[in-house]
Amino acid sequence: MNPAEQYFDFKQYTLAGSEKEKLLAKELSGLTRFHFENCTPYKNILHNLKVNEEFDFSAVEEIPFIPVRLFKTQKIQSIPDGEVLKYLTSSGTTGQQVARIALNKETSLLQVKALASIITSYIGTKRLPMIIIDSEATIKNKASLSARGAGLVGLSNFGRNHFFALDENMKLKAGELMDFLNKYKEETLLIFGFTFMVWQYFYKRLNELNLKPDLGRAVLIHSGGWKKLEEQAVSNEAFKRGLLDNFNIKSVYNFYGMVEQVGSIFMECEKEYLHTPNFAEIIIRDFNTWEILPRGETGVIQTLSILPRSYPGHSLLTEDLGTIVGKDNCGCGRKGTYFLVSGRVPKAELRGCSDTHAESVMMKEG
Amino acid sequence: MTNLDKLIKAFSDALELEPELINDELSYGTESWDSIAHLALVASIEMEFDIMLSSEDVIDMSSFKKAKEILTKYDVGF
Repeated sequence: MNPAEQYFDFKQYTLAGSEKEKLLAKELSGLTRFHFENCTPYKNILHNLKVNEEFDFSAVEEIPFIPVRLFKTQKIQSIPDGEVLKYLTSSGTTGQQVARIALNKETSLLQVKALASIITSYIGTKRLPMIIIDSEATIKNKASLSARGAGLVGLSNFGRNHFFALDENMKLKAGELMDFLNKYKEETLLIFGFTFMVWQYFYKRLNELNLKPDLGRAVLIHSGGWKKLEEQAVSNEAFKRGLLDNFNIKSVYNFYGMVEQVGSIFMECEKEYLHTPNFAEIIIRDFNTWEILPRGETGVIQTLSILPRSYPGHSLLTEDLGTIVGKDNCGCGRKGTYFLVSGRVPKAELRGCSDTHAESVMMKEG
Repeated sequence: MTNLDKLIKAFSDALELEPELINDELSYGTESWDSIAHLALVASIEMEFDIMLSSEDVIDMSSFKKAKEILTKYDVGF
């Protein structure tokens, strides 16, 4: 058994305080050593950052981190090409560089188990008839799966009789949707989609069609960021209210996650805070000094996860802004750090962010 | 058809593999068995045996051998 699997023996969201801190520091130290020994670009970065190469970090805060965008500019993996099961790619817009994340069997299985421990703690272990607010075409490329596709496939394990509600032109298959709802009218449903798509192609389209199905028995899980909805002035609150008022959906959970740490997702709770699972942690840093910011202050989010075994993605500086609200004492009852995400780091700051950090270091190394 | 035949058929249909290639050594991550094929495999097994697997069993089903073990929990013997 993989040592990381011990984390799945703990009931999700119960590890807290120094126990969690100690377990994570030990596991992440080991991972740092492993990737240092198996990934030359990563080794070069740590050399240049003058990291303690004993790798006996006693606190999560001491674990070195690399900017997430390095995966867009460099091939960074800790396994030979022959062991790559699949590459995950970020869904970048035209002109943007795309991140490529190499997965081996071990990492892939850990991701699935990790996701299961989180999702089943919310919806139970019984698989639910599932509506996917996306097109089946999203998962058709087998060799390389987009971030969106990986999210869909990952979540699909918790559903059955999957219905893809959109066609390849992102048009809602309204007739088939109503048939599906009718067929499973007695059962709890799972709905999954990306935040913007749920709003644009499901919520708005049903309104246009004057359809108001009662989805009071559904759990909606969504992710993918708020940028596009903020442009339409749709907040998390407005999103939830819209879905409740129109379709009676009472259980709506957002999650924060990224392709560079699939499986390690931060689910929203009933109090509307995002939660770190047992096997992950977040730290908020000042984007000029990299100093750790205290609870309540907004800065760049660093995410740590014990899942990445095939690439050094266990400690990443993201390009997102967040604020830690508290630790181990959220009103929802879940232990761990709880926090809010408040958008992207401004572009100007970003340049300072990753360029001055490891990227330039790597350029020098060649 | 025996339960073993049925299971081999479910694997063969979902993974698009010749039945001869399906044995205890076959595990997730080899041949065409990836995360997407896994979904098809689960659906195929459920249809073949008329059962409904739990999320935990779907996740745990990482080899042909393991699939047999899991199915015994659903009163499918081999």
